Amino acid sequence: MMPRKILLLTILIFVNLICLFYYAFAKPVDSTTLLNNSFKYDGKTVEFQGEAIGEVMKRGKYAWVNIHDGQNAIGVFMKYEDAKKIKYLGRYRVKGDTILVKGTFFRSCKVHSGETDIHALDVQILERGYKLQEKIDMKKALFAIMLFSAGSILIWFVFKNKW
Amino acid sequence: MYNTKFKEGHIELKHVLYMTGKTLSAIGIVEIVAAITSLLYREWNMLFNLMIGIGLFFIISFIFIFIGRDTKEERFSWGAGMSMVALTWALGALISAVPPYLSGHFASYLDAFFEVMSGYTTTGLVLIQDLDHAPMGLNMWRHLICYIGGQGMVLMTLSFLSSGMRGLLKAYMGEARDEQIFPNVMHTARIIWSVSILYLVLGTFVLTINGVLIGLPLDMAFFRGLWMFLGGWDTAGFAPQSQNAMYFHSLSYEIVCMTLMILGTINFALHYFILTGNYKEGIRNAEIKSLFTTVTILSFLGAVALRGIYPNGLASFRKTFYHFLSAHTGTGFATIYPQQFLYEWNDTAIILITIAMLAGGSVCSTAGGIKALRIAILANALVNDIKKMIKPDSAVVVEKFHHLKEITLHDKLVRNASIIILLYIVTFSFGTLAGTFLGYPLKAAMFESASALGNVGLSIGITQPSMPDALKIIYIFMMWVGRLEFMSVIALFAFLFKEAKEG
Repeated sequence: MMPRKILLLTILIFVNLICLFYYAFAKPVDSTTLLNNSFKYDGKTVEFQGEAIGEVMKRGKYAWVNIHDGQNAIGVFMKYEDAKKIKYLGRYRVKGDTILVKGTFFRSCKVHSGETDIHALDVQILERGYKLQEKIDMKKALFAIMLFSAGSILIWFVFKNKW
Repeated sequence: MYNTKFKEGHIELKHVLYMTGKTLSAIGIVEIVAAITSLLYREWNMLFNLMIGIGLFFIISFIFIFIGRDTKEERFSWGAGMSMVALTWALGALISAVPPYLSGHFASYLDAFFEVMSGYTTTGLVLIQDLDHAPMGLNMWRHLICYIGGQGMVLMTLSFLSSGMRGLLKAYMGEARDEQIFPNVMHTARIIWSVSILYLVLGTFVLTINGVLIGLPLDMAFFRGLWMFLGGWDTAGFAPQSQNAMYFHSLSYEIVCMTLMILGTINFALHYFILTGNYKEGIRNAEIKSLFTTVTILSFLGAVALRGIYPNGLASFRKTFYHFLSAHTGTGFATIYPQQFLYEWNDTAIILITIAMLAGGSVCSTAGGIKALRIAILANALVNDIKKMIKPDSAVVVEKFHHLKEITLHDKLVRNASIIILLYIVTFSFGTLAGTFLGYPLKAAMFESASALGNVGLSIGITQPSMPDALKIIYIFMMWVGRLEFMSVIALFAFLFKEAKEG
């Protein structure tokens, strides 16, 4: 019986090592690759990484979060519990949280009547987003105020003279 | 024809400049709405960009109005009226592109000009970068541009700023408005605006409620609702997020948008008839019949061509019918990515949707393309010719069709429709040839060429900032001539040539 146990243990260690290597070296797939090869990736488990943008749209116990990887944004359907981990969503002056999603890619999802989406199995926040301070360009501001004022006076002149 | 005294002192040119100035000043006034949006959200740099744009509009308007101030009482000739329209659209787009360019969301001024021309012509092809981080004021301006363009720049001026002016019918017709609801052109313009504002309120309300129900916060549900209304009703296809209509992940939102696309593509005169209780017109109208027939046939054939691509009927409805409707109405809202047209749709489906994009919506609507009425006229002419062949030589065949009233099918009508269709086909072929010449596959070049010329906005992936500048310029030209239906642009070049020749 001993050799059988050793064999089983060896297989287990081997499988674990494969998993370890897979996670250590697996790169998240980018959106262009996914969309250009949508039939190939359809129904497969993928890792997708990018910035959470816009709004979290809650749907019951789940939510839609759109993730932008710099090329395209893809809708990720995740548990609302996972969506709540997201603090910053990308918009003007806000850099959204960088999210790593492990989930199933669907070219045309049956559950969501044809959506191209990812159903999240695991969601990790890789990098917290932040708010950006807007630097006001004073030269531009001065120029804008002058141009706007001059234009407004001239147009007022047109109306006044009923031209 | 009116008797004008235009030979001396380039009075006609001065009058063109005067009317152009009036229209540009009206656009500047509308831009203030975008500036207020930026002010509300404290987007200071965008506010200053918009103020520069408004200032430019007002200063250039003043110069033009000042030059032509003594010609207010003049009447346009047809050539001058149409030239004024084409000139206003070109200049309006050039000035409107300044704030977007200054926002830093465009790789070049050409890209910003492309985007703005796409908005004014209600095309919807976009070159904006990082749209998901764009300021609210910029998004407001992009969508207001669609509204101005959809209604017609000159029409807007006619409605609000041109009281007492003469000869405005030519300018009205120059914006591809083939018919009047009332004999008075200003009355017609005001009716068009009233109909639009009624739908603006209703559409934005419905989309806002829908937005809240699908999980958007109230303020964003309102703004996204307003912008999606402007994109849908004006058959422009602009959306506030890079995913376009896919952003919302909602069937109900898509159905509301589809309704807006259909409403936007219907003739304003027909809207007026139906809103004032003449429901029968909606059933009898030849243009509606033509539109319904071509949308149904093309969508059905598209669904057959794409059988097996989508998992069930509902998915096919959201991906096939949605895009055929979006293409045919000239809207350009998309629920699939550009790559998916290229890699998932077969050649048959691409050809069918290209035909849908070229076919277009109704005359006197916000849609582009050949237009359903012209297709109806040609179809009726064909039937008429067949009848003539079958019947004895002595028989007189008179073909009539119903469009707001009973119309006899004269040769002149058929000739006019044929010329426009011919010009569309020639320009489409030229755009396709340019695309293939610059290295794109034939089906992609056809798709994008039809989208630009038909003022649709669906993309198969060609339209992006990295595309060749030459192709950007060609598409800008195609969007411009497609929206104004060629004649105004031809008139502008002829008019400028004439003015130059006369010294």
